[in-house]
Amino acid sequence: MRCPDDIPPRAGVGLKAAHYDDVLRSRPDIGWFEIHAENYMGEGGPPHHFLEAIRQRYPISLHGVGLSIGADGPLDKDHLIRLKGLNERYRPGLFSEHLAWSTHEGVYVNDLLPVPYTVEAAGRVVDHINEVQDALGRRMLLENPSTYLTFADSTMSEIAFLERVADRSGCGLLLDVNNVFVSATNQGYAPDAYIDDFPLELVGEVHLGGHAPDEDDQGEPLLIDAHDRPVGDPVWDLYARTIRKGGARPTLVEWDTDVPSWPVLFEEAVRAEGVLVRAAGAAS
Amino acid sequence: MTRRLLDVQADFIEALQRPEAPVPASIAVRADKPAKKRFDVYRNNVAAGLTQALRATYPAIEKLVGEAFFAASARIYLERHPPRSPLLFRYGEAFGDFLDSFPPAAGTPYLGDVARLEWARLQAHHAADAEPLSIDALAAYLADGSERGDIGTLRFALHPSLDLITSRWPIVSLWAASAGQGSSDDVDMKRAERALVIRPSLAVETRALSPGAFAFLAGLRGDMTLQQAAIEASEAEETFDLAEHLQGLFAVGAVSAINKNTT
Repeated sequence: MRCPDDIPPRAGVGLKAAHYDDVLRSRPDIGWFEIHAENYMGEGGPPHHFLEAIRQRYPISLHGVGLSIGADGPLDKDHLIRLKGLNERYRPGLFSEHLAWSTHEGVYVNDLLPVPYTVEAAGRVVDHINEVQDALGRRMLLENPSTYLTFADSTMSEIAFLERVADRSGCGLLLDVNNVFVSATNQGYAPDAYIDDFPLELVGEVHLGGHAPDEDDQGEPLLIDAHDRPVGDPVWDLYARTIRKGGARPTLVEWDTDVPSWPVLFEEAVRAEGVLVRAAGAAS
Repeated sequence: MTRRLLDVQADFIEALQRPEAPVPASIAVRADKPAKKRFDVYRNNVAAGLTQALRATYPAIEKLVGEAFFAASARIYLERHPPRSPLLFRYGEAFGDFLDSFPPAAGTPYLGDVARLEWARLQAHHAADAEPLSIDALAAYLADGSERGDIGTLRFALHPSLDLITSRWPIVSLWAASAGQGSSDDVDMKRAERALVIRPSLAVETRALSPGAFAFLAGLRGDMTLQQAAIEASEAEETFDLAEHLQGLFAVGAVSAINKNTT
């Protein structure tokens, strides 16, 4: 007997192999876990063993990092078949992928590369999302990127691009608040204004994560979306603003590099849940 | 004139793969300021991610050569062998071959074989699951009906995680010493070792095999009958004892089906 499929409007965390034992032993009171699809695309072994056990007790959200939805070239059909297999096996409550590309003529780049905001690119992204949604038989969420540069040829804002894609494909959006803060700092716009302009009614999930400070060629701040530390205070503020304005949403804390002990990560989820609970209290 | 998405991405990839290449012309510049450090974030992410993937797959190699040597060789490897799949646990298969012909590693010719052992361990970790059979299953099979023929004509299906690596070098002791499962005092550089890698349940196991045991398993894996494999094993090792090795075969969890039947 499994727990329900649906992801509740609570806090969750990205599931790490280092935490399998902690989770199964301590059965933490946490809303859900998210998995990176690519880590569970082997045939068997410990990844599936532990994920099955955790799935018995918690809802799971499936988050892809390698589908390359923003590539000009076609989607990898084998990869789509593997995603479909995971979707059927684990019945995730949500499926999300990135507005980014990572493939070109057979080479895979293990990063989320930026997309120019043009009509042509939006058309490719819509075609690819339609293909994914048809293959999986479900609506997907598209995540706003963290960016370090922009393209000379972009003809629309990031929000206009996301709205256009959502409108034409029927997909929902995943709002990564840390990405908003990182991109806004790197491109020199106000993160609050981005949140205020964002179509929050389309948001099915929120991401939080830590970023690393650096500098660009001119010595100006350049933030790196590193997921290697706690969520920063300005990102918590931006998150509170998002939830006050849009209402409670399933919220994920991502920590993928220099992964901390389970209690440290769990504490981040507890903090996010506090924001969700306060928003619910204020609304009633 | 708006550039085509295809051209934007082709230029981006080309610049990404060549560290000294200029930032692509499609990148917006603000007030003629250079954007090299911004573009380098992507270059660094790619290199750091792939180096981390190799480090996770080849921890014994990193122990044997040290962090700095490992990082430098990983850097060259990932430039020559960019991944072709989003499954990073499938990345780095050719690292052993690369080390074989990497001039700075010429003084440590065993690295390639140790790397191939680590690669086999990673593949075993992710291999399909199967319930290993006990030797009782063989006894029950043979007791059940007369039409099944002679035991010597049986072909076993071996566990999906099983792999065999042979070497001129003591790869199992080298690996064990690096993985904290053995002592470097046990490494005899004059000893050739043959490795069995298998994951009967959750943990990947690595064992050194005698020449006979290796030939026996290799024969069974190559779809030989039990009798043919035993002959191979006897040729590799005069004192090969079939009954003992048949027990051992089941004891390590190597057999997942008895049938693959008679011809």
